[in-house]
Amino acid sequence: MKKSIIGVLSSVIAILIGLLLGMVVLFLVNPDQAWGCFLSMLTAGVSSSAKFAKVLYQAAPLVMTGLAIGFAFKTGLFNIGAPGQYLMGAFAALICAICFQLPWPVCLIAAMLAGAFWGMFPGLFKSLFNVNEVITSIMFNWIGLFIVNLSLMNIPKMLPPYWVNSPVKDRTASLKYANPDAIIPKGGLDKLFDSPYINISILLAIVLAVVVYIILNRTTFGYELKACGNNRESARYAGINAKRNIVLSMVIAGALAGFGGALYYLSGEADYNILKVLQANGFNGIPVALLANSNPIGIIFSALFISYIQIGGESMQPHFATENIDIIISVIIYLAAFALLTKSIIGKFFKTDKSNVNAEPKPSTVNATGKEESK
Amino acid sequence: MNILADVLSATILFAVPLLLVALGGMFSERSGIINLALEGIMIVGALLGCHVLRWLDPSVQSGAMHGQVAVLIALAVAGVAGILFSLLLAFSAINLKADQTIGGTALNMFAPAFSIVLTWAILGQGQTTMTLPKWVRITQETVGVTPNDGFFQRFIFTSLYLTTFLAIILFAIAVVLLYKTRFGLRLRACGEHPQAADSVGINVYRMRYAGVMISGFLAGVGGMSFVFAVGGFQSDVAGYGFLALAVMIFGNWKPWSILGAAVFFSFFRVIGNYAASIPFLPKFENLQGVSTYLWPMIPYVVTMILLVLTSKKSRAPKAEGIPYDKGQR
Repeated sequence: MKKSIIGVLSSVIAILIGLLLGMVVLFLVNPDQAWGCFLSMLTAGVSSSAKFAKVLYQAAPLVMTGLAIGFAFKTGLFNIGAPGQYLMGAFAALICAICFQLPWPVCLIAAMLAGAFWGMFPGLFKSLFNVNEVITSIMFNWIGLFIVNLSLMNIPKMLPPYWVNSPVKDRTASLKYANPDAIIPKGGLDKLFDSPYINISILLAIVLAVVVYIILNRTTFGYELKACGNNRESARYAGINAKRNIVLSMVIAGALAGFGGALYYLSGEADYNILKVLQANGFNGIPVALLANSNPIGIIFSALFISYIQIGGESMQPHFATENIDIIISVIIYLAAFALLTKSIIGKFFKTDKSNVNAEPKPSTVNATGKEESK
Repeated sequence: MNILADVLSATILFAVPLLLVALGGMFSERSGIINLALEGIMIVGALLGCHVLRWLDPSVQSGAMHGQVAVLIALAVAGVAGILFSLLLAFSAINLKADQTIGGTALNMFAPAFSIVLTWAILGQGQTTMTLPKWVRITQETVGVTPNDGFFQRFIFTSLYLTTFLAIILFAIAVVLLYKTRFGLRLRACGEHPQAADSVGINVYRMRYAGVMISGFLAGVGGMSFVFAVGGFQSDVAGYGFLALAVMIFGNWKPWSILGAAVFFSFFRVIGNYAASIPFLPKFENLQGVSTYLWPMIPYVVTMILLVLTSKKSRAPKAEGIPYDKGQR
């Protein structure tokens, strides 16, 4: 059986078990409403074209954060800093849009730069000082959140009262009156789907996913990155500058996440809420990347799936908390953590491969967080 | 002087959860398992502890049970809940040899969601805030001291909970356990060179399970003491589990250094709340959100700077994060 099919199958099994467990929780909490709500959760995403448009709209930033995490995985880094990079991207995009009144393409580029800047720190700290990138990323998530919130609160131009007669001060001004030029064009999709949410962001995200795929699989640079992820020591032995590649990989990952932040907030339909919590879109990049086994093309589909069940989760209110979806997603991540094991079980189950058992084993591609420094 | 007493008192209060959770992380990592799930374990411990306190509230109110006994029960439940939850990490990391960081991330995502769902189910739709009953705090009246507003009285009683004493006891136990017992030596061996440990007959899997379970217990208790520190529970512990990880790294995986690091971090956390009334600190009067965003950011920035400065001396357990495979050469 082909390896890619086994990979997809193990993801599907993880999803099914996750959904099953989610259903059990629903039944335990409120048996009367459980079945109806579970069904509506499963079907909400396709119940109307407007709902489906929302799935596509929310999938775009998820594709980007999924790419940010998947790209770093390929280099053996666990980029849990995607929420911070995402936030920095959103921040830069909104500042450019509202403060400097720039058009949307400039805002998107600014977001990429800001995300790249924020992703650079974990990379630099890892390569120069050998500080674990997970800890650095987590710290920088919080530092980013505090900086962004502090800045937004203190720039009056960013808040609604500057633009309209409104007392609201806990969110950024809506782009609709602050700067309509910064809204990502709808490209006629809004008429097609009859929803204000949809715009060309999902198409941009898909284009970037393809670009990332090409970088990883068709360029020397991508090959070097993957070599560093598989075995840093032997990559260095082969003359690859591992330290430089760690920084570059985090910078690119940060740029991807930052772009995602801009896609979400430049739609004109979402204002940034000044809250003390990190945006879930950043963290949800983790299941997106894991489900797709960090394959950029697979990430498009897994992002659509995560977005789909999130829209489904909204339809369960008010009977159930939307957090039920997080339970499902966390179970999926947990199962994906031992994806290797699931894969070997499936592989045994469908054993059709009669090839030479003494053949050289293919190099593993699932080296998720680069635990290669074993010896 | 009163301000100083208040700040010191609050520093100890916030240092307790950091210390306990960081010690937990230390036991797990010393056995060779990276426990990124500390945040999630704290939440689960705090969640069940809070529900137990709420359940015991009537019997304390009616005088059938002493308040501090109820607190002790809640802490025990929090610890046991932490152990059970940490078993999920142990199972995936030890038996299934899965990636430890990802497993931990999954648990961190699961815990707050589970907490909200369970709290909804018990308290009713949309209810997520649990407040602490008044009797959990140890006041001057509780212990029968004549109320007095002197420096020491204020220092000790402004924010005193049973967890402070518990933390002292657990810290002492942790030091002895890690350095003075056969178990501690074996645990450390499994984190440094599991193959060598195995070759002299130590069951690496069992030691690693023990390490993760101890960390689960300490993180669960730590989660509950976090609730005492902030005075309520809203299905999150504000990144304290991750801060505890930083404390552990900054404390170089050694209990005494971790104690120092925990007090240090807690001091920065607390000073922001009192900054407005401390004379020599800058006030930033024309800025909005200083107390909510600027001061709380400082511990994180300081962490980063310190991690970089101490990175040369930092020495993680050699085998942490690597699943132990008997057959590996």
